Amino acid sequence: MPQLTMVEALNLALGESMAADDRVCIMGEDVGVNGGVFRVTKGLLERFGADRVLDTPLAEDSIIGTAVGMAVYGLKPVAEIQFSGFTMQAFDQIEQNMARLRNRSRSRYPISMVMRAPYGGGIRAVEHHSESREAYWAHTPGLKVVIPSGPRNARALLAASIADPDPVVFYEPKAVYRAFREEVSESPETMEIGKAQIVRPGGDVTLIGYGAMMRPVLEAADDLVEEHGIDVEVIDLLSIKPMDTETLVESVSRTGRCVVVHEGPRMCGIAAEIIARLNEHAFEYLLAPIRRVTGFDIHFPYFQVEKHYLPDSDSIVVAVKETMQWT
Amino acid sequence: MSPRSANSTASAAPVESRPVRVDSNAVETIDLGRVEVIRVLDEKGRVVDASVEPDLPDAELLRIYRGMVRSRRFDQRMLAMQRQGEMGTFAPGLGQEATQIGQVYPMRPSDWYSPSYRSIGAQVWRGWTMEQLLLLWAGYFEGFAIPEVANELPFSIVIGSHVPVATGVAMGIKVRKDDAVVVTNFGDGASSQGVVAEAFNFAAVYKAPIVFIVESNGWAISTPLEKQSGNTVLAARGVGFGIPAVRVDGNDVLGMIAACSRAIDHARGGGGPYLVEAVTYRMSLHTTADDPKVYRKDDEVKAWEGKCPILRFESYLKSRELLDDDAIAQINEEIEAEVIAARDRFRELAVARPEEIFDFVYEQLPEELREQKAEYLERLKRKGVQ
Ligand SMILES: Cc1ncc(C[n+]2csc(CCOP(=O)(O)OP(=O)(O)O)c2C)c(N)n1
Ligand SMILES: [Mg+2]
Repeated sequence: MPQLTMVEALNLALGESMAADDRVCIMGEDVGVNGGVFRVTKGLLERFGADRVLDTPLAEDSIIGTAVGMAVYGLKPVAEIQFSGFTMQAFDQIEQNMARLRNRSRSRYPISMVMRAPYGGGIRAVEHHSESREAYWAHTPGLKVVIPSGPRNARALLAASIADPDPVVFYEPKAVYRAFREEVSESPETMEIGKAQIVRPGGDVTLIGYGAMMRPVLEAADDLVEEHGIDVEVIDLLSIKPMDTETLVESVSRTGRCVVVHEGPRMCGIAAEIIARLNEHAFEYLLAPIRRVTGFDIHFPYFQVEKHYLPDSDSIVVAVKETMQWT
Repeated sequence: MSPRSANSTASAAPVESRPVRVDSNAVETIDLGRVEVIRVLDEKGRVVDASVEPDLPDAELLRIYRGMVRSRRFDQRMLAMQRQGEMGTFAPGLGQEATQIGQVYPMRPSDWYSPSYRSIGAQVWRGWTMEQLLLLWAGYFEGFAIPEVANELPFSIVIGSHVPVATGVAMGIKVRKDDAVVVTNFGDGASSQGVVAEAFNFAAVYKAPIVFIVESNGWAISTPLEKQSGNTVLAARGVGFGIPAVRVDGNDVLGMIAACSRAIDHARGGGGPYLVEAVTYRMSLHTTADDPKVYRKDDEVKAWEGKCPILRFESYLKSRELLDDDAIAQINEEIEAEVIAARDRFRELAVARPEEIFDFVYEQLPEELREQKAEYLERLKRKGVQ
């Protein structure tokens, strides 16, 4: 079984989906000849030709708008937005067309498409290249929002997103793109969208994260187990929308304590939604207030100091220990 | 090095590119005119069109030359620093020095400049210190402080997003009846953004005093101009919006100055917006994170080496006996020393201030953010940063 980086795993999933289904097309800025600025689409133009791998003009709103049109016509576009910061340019087309054309046509025009974009901080990038605004898309009815955390689930979830009959926003943690390799199966693999995974079972406290935050989360869990004797259960959300309430509630009902981690801003962030659901469904089991470790409600800082802004394992450890103090 | 007015450079050439105003109900064939092209110097630095040659004193010509050399030397230094890990990702301006200096030269300090990210040389001309720009591109937030010496907007990273804002500044100038103008630049790639077209329209409707400079440098990362636009003559966009437009050889600094002086005078005189398409070439990487070998041929780059804006202007200055090889060497040495001095100042100033990331978000930090700031400062303390 090959050891792949997330970039290679995503590339594999795209190639497999395109080979299996000739309706699948790729479009975006620099995705063809250049193979994408992160090389996720490398080699696909050569394999599938310029009709199915479209280098577009520099206009995100029209990338999404025309992808929607191609989906209306029965194709399955996978549109790449070069950095998630530039999905803002496409807000109009995402909100008005991608998310609602199915409903507005009473399902005559299902919009089976994927909008891929690298998101998140930690790569010493210039302004607008480090944001995590997944909460915007979670707020938009009609969309699904998926965020993988490693090569293997990235490959499986991208395949599932392309196959999905509804529009999926697929955010790729760029800090993880080349951070590590993982075994990925030879044959195509898929995963159900809408399911979280318990990646480390434990009994004392539930630690929930997703995307690039899974690395500090797991690091913190190791530290808490080894150094502090706290038996942490770790959940990787994987799908922001739909959200796997059942798995979250089941876990927190057992542990009675919970900390949620994300790098996006705190206000109306994904943690707020998770905590609301746990209050609705697991209130009677809670032994402590649920804590969140998130980005602050300020603009993502310039890169010399981003490491201080991003939640790290140390701040997660502190939050978990505080949670444990409630008796 | 401070920018100053050079209005005297306006050329006497007729404005042929002004779109024809036709009766809005006209149903006969309509002639919307043609695209005028301005070029003073050919690739060898010979004057090919004296009718538009700006009439500038010798000292000014040399100042312009130094500006271009500074632009290039600084760019090269930044690239070297980036390769050594001292600088973040940035977009080199190699080959676009004439386009850069030519667009800011005719501006007054009181005019407003709203550039894209590939405008470092022009920003230095406008009064940004080199050490500050180094701070900025090395990831220090202090680099964003707007210099006092001229009306500057922060450079734009999000393609095209600054163009409506620049247009709004021009609308403000019009409302207040001031005599400033706005100059904004963006790339051929940016010309595909909807907001750029929308801004053209607003500027035309309100006759806002703004000069749009499209730096058509052949590429938008890996996308060549032919894949960017159905019509590669971007000046032709002007006519559709009712904006006078001209195409200029962007590697000819005198041509740039002639075109931009005319455009700025037009805007300042109440004529409304003007579009200048500068035909130039991105000689270097898109950014330091890019590898052009994947998508473009060396031959193409080679061909443009022969059109170098600095060598071309050098030849012209030599032919006017304003420059010889010794003087060129000396100027380069002096400027290199300036650049090195700026680098050294940068190294002293390069101290991260993680504690200030909350300080410029609002006029007054709301209570809930003060709590977040306290939490953040606590984190810094734990890390031993503060
Ligand atoms: C809205 C937006 N989309 C994508 C990008 C990524 N990006 C940065 S530069 C660039 C190409 C810009 O080309 P052009 O406008 O021709 O300017 P040049 O780089 O040639 O100076 C792209 C796609 C961005 N910064 N902003
Ligand atoms: Mg360009």
